[in-house]
Amino acid sequence: MRPMADNGIMKVWYRILLGAVIITGGVILFKELVGHSTVSLFEPAGPTAGSQSRLIKTMAGLMLLVVIPTFIALFTTAWKYRAGSPEAKYDPEHTGGFGKEMILWAIPAALIAVLALMNWKSAQELDPYLPTRSLSGARPLTVEVVALPWKWLFIYPKQGFATVNYLQFPERTPIHFKLSADGPMSSFWIPQLGSQIYAMAAMMTQLNLEASAAGEYAGKATEINGEGYARMTFTAKAVTADDFTAWVARVKAGSNKLDMAAYNALAAPSEGVPPAFYASVERGLFDTILMKFMVPASTGMANSSPMQRDMEMPAGMDMRSMPGMRK
Amino acid sequence: MTHLLFGNLTLADLPHKWFTVGATGSIIAGGIAIAALLTYLKRWKWLWSEWLTSTDPKKIGIMYIVMAALMFFRGGLDALMIWLQQALGSGALPGFLGAAHGYLDASHFQQIFTAHGDIMVFFGTMGFLFGLMNLVVPLQIGARDLAFPFLNSLGFWLFAAGAVLINMFFVIGGDFAASGWLSLPPLSGPEYSPGAGMDYWGWSLQISGLGSLLSGINFLVTILKMRAPGMTLMKMPLFTWTSLCSSVLVVSVFPVLTVAIALLWLDRFFGMRFFTSGFGGNPMMYVNLIWIWGHPEVYILVLPSFGVFSEVVATFSHKRLFGYVSQVFAALGVSSIACLVWVHHFFTMGAGADVNAVFGISTMLIAIPSAVQVFNWIATMHRGRIVFATPMYWFLGFVSLFMFGGMAGVLLATPAADYQLHNTLFLIAHFHTMVVGVGLFGIFAGITYWFPKVFGFTLSEKWGKRAFWLWLTGFFTAFTPLYILGSMGAARRVDSYAAATGFQPLYATALAGGLLIAAAFLTQIVQVVVSILERKQNLAGGDPWDARTLEWATPSPVPFYSFASTPEVRSRDAWWEMKKDGTANAPKKYEDIELCKNTGMAIYLSGCVFLLGFALVWHILWLGVLGLAGAIVCVIVRSFDEHTEYVVTAAEVEKLEKERLGRSPS
Repeated sequence: MRPMADNGIMKVWYRILLGAVIITGGVILFKELVGHSTVSLFEPAGPTAGSQSRLIKTMAGLMLLVVIPTFIALFTTAWKYRAGSPEAKYDPEHTGGFGKEMILWAIPAALIAVLALMNWKSAQELDPYLPTRSLSGARPLTVEVVALPWKWLFIYPKQGFATVNYLQFPERTPIHFKLSADGPMSSFWIPQLGSQIYAMAAMMTQLNLEASAAGEYAGKATEINGEGYARMTFTAKAVTADDFTAWVARVKAGSNKLDMAAYNALAAPSEGVPPAFYASVERGLFDTILMKFMVPASTGMANSSPMQRDMEMPAGMDMRSMPGMRK
Repeated sequence: MTHLLFGNLTLADLPHKWFTVGATGSIIAGGIAIAALLTYLKRWKWLWSEWLTSTDPKKIGIMYIVMAALMFFRGGLDALMIWLQQALGSGALPGFLGAAHGYLDASHFQQIFTAHGDIMVFFGTMGFLFGLMNLVVPLQIGARDLAFPFLNSLGFWLFAAGAVLINMFFVIGGDFAASGWLSLPPLSGPEYSPGAGMDYWGWSLQISGLGSLLSGINFLVTILKMRAPGMTLMKMPLFTWTSLCSSVLVVSVFPVLTVAIALLWLDRFFGMRFFTSGFGGNPMMYVNLIWIWGHPEVYILVLPSFGVFSEVVATFSHKRLFGYVSQVFAALGVSSIACLVWVHHFFTMGAGADVNAVFGISTMLIAIPSAVQVFNWIATMHRGRIVFATPMYWFLGFVSLFMFGGMAGVLLATPAADYQLHNTLFLIAHFHTMVVGVGLFGIFAGITYWFPKVFGFTLSEKWGKRAFWLWLTGFFTAFTPLYILGSMGAARRVDSYAAATGFQPLYATALAGGLLIAAAFLTQIVQVVVSILERKQNLAGGDPWDARTLEWATPSPVPFYSFASTPEVRSRDAWWEMKKDGTANAPKKYEDIELCKNTGMAIYLSGCVFLLGFALVWHILWLGVLGLAGAIVCVIVRSFDEHTEYVVTAAEVEKLEKERLGRSPS
């Protein structure tokens, strides 16, 4: 191997510079290209997403405190000690020693200690099972979510109606989601409001979100669940309390009913389902869907087996009641 | 009767779609071309007796790398198809070729990304790694062979059988699994994925997983028991150390994968209820098991790369590795913590804050030894005399990607942040930054670095550097948009998206990056071809890089007996010390060398296992019984073969050595 001449090294630096220019240009180009769309992570519309956005930015900033100097050290060292460098000292036997090596361990350890504290604290504060603090003082609204292939069913148990692929709720009010599935597992996510959570058959998970302002937010599934996966999207619309009340009254004035027969038809695989509204819903439908998987031979839910009726079984398995999952 | 003969196979399973016909056609055409070439050159016997039946780790290593490169090409085509579909998949555009969006229908698209993931992880990267380990580890520890040469051959052939089986679906069946590379139930269960594609997935992974387990055991024992006299553990080169860590992980976690997929098969075949929704089953058990394997698997892929870079940086800086002890403990630390972090793959499945935080913090801990390694490499360059050969370029590119990927990893390890990043393209970008930037760049550095040792001439520096720059710019162009898309809330694995999302320009940019990477891969092929043509100008002596570790004490290419006399090791960087104190060319005392004979038994055995796998995919009872019985007979026959070794006498070694020294001045 012949040592590389200086102009070779210059070429390296020229290329690094070129790369930096290309990357910067690329970033500017992206900004132009995506300027009109939402970078949902950093344009939060609710307290949860807001805290998560701040958390990500803070942690990234703290890491850059170590990463940027490391980059500088890497490239300056590589440049300074290149073969043929006139001023560099060559010491082939130079190695660490306990003290120096401990310093190298201490730097990332200190950073990770800080990040670990943030990790712990934020995990507690942003636990999706914890209710959000109501911005308006209004009482929480409960919505039961069922992931079906490939659409989302939303049941408003207290109001006694249901919707498909369309979710509406009052702004500045905590929304308490109870989720399950009747089909493969899915993940429920409204990026601008925050946290996603899985919806799994025979199990119930929970999620608490809140919108700080009225608006329409995109919702989606993020776990592969079959052919219609990419099109399993919904609209989440936050409105004023009055608008919400009026909307509920409008939906309930409709004639569509979600009884067992209608549900079984709905639960069959289908994709690209437009928003649908049901003025009334079978009582306890969410619990029935959870129970469906608990007892064999009850898959045709309409005629449940005697065994199912006689047994007193808990309504589904709450994820947190599983061993090891308790908080 | 037909079912008895053909199981679930029907005529409809023969190729009839454009991609199955195309793939089958190219497989057959390729096969015929190779067969014709071999016949024309009269090389059949040579191929069989010199290569396929060899138990020499140097040859098995090359076969691994060739196989892995083929699979890498195959997985790369998948990647391009994924990029193209997503660039075209905007709801604003009409679909074509019969698809509603883009040019692939949803199921086909899902099969492609599933195959891409499995092929790249199990057959691309794993193959490269076992290849490098075969080529380098025995030489680095002064051993002539692995502890179990036959097992090594068997490990390779099972890997090859798995690779053939995973591609068989093109020819027979036409459908692969469409459930993501780890095929989580209930989607992968009998209810939602009844087809044979899912079983192709399961059985090809089972067979290659068995091969990986055998190879892992082999390297573990080899490194612990076969080291040259004087080479204590703390004198081992770093690549051997990280290979040891990788092997320990393979042995620890691959059985878990085997059990998880076996239980899934019981669900699928016998209607058992391990992972079904309800009725006593629970899909979360599968999710736990698969990630108990899956997370350490990531470190199995990247640890040897860390070792490669430790060798590369010390060699090209012409300086002792800074913080050898730290590097060893960093590798051990990474591999032990790797087994304690699996829950971070499903923070979003409803576990409590404490559980999530514990696994989140344990994940973050991995950043500490990782950062220490980077610092040590920088400190190694300090006061060095650095020659910027291609492996050093890969090193600088690797550190750049590693630090970005590491930052993304720490964010993903924070449950509260992961709730927003999980299953997005941000995660995909992170994962690829690690496996490409760390795993593959390390493999490329390693192949460039050890190529002259294996073949006797160096790879073209000019083309190597071109490939590097294409890879680096291609990588940033392809994956920076994915980080941004993830921040915009783009989920992974979608074949279409609403036009209003504004995702399309970024997906198109990613496709451009993908094409650059494809150009980079082609450049690497050109690099190999050019280097072969120019080999006379680039002849390497035993030690072309002025390197430090024991493998460079052998001539290049390495003779079949590796070391003419057993080396004695007195220090770390054994070869560097020998060069320094003048014992490098000391006259050798020749001795009788025992080597393992070639054997075709591993091929027969793997062939039988392949038949068993194929029979299990299609439920063909008689073929399955035949395959299993054949495999058992092969094991029995082999175990009664008592003449598995041959001896090269001291006189023969001396004669061969003198001939070699007479031929080349090195």
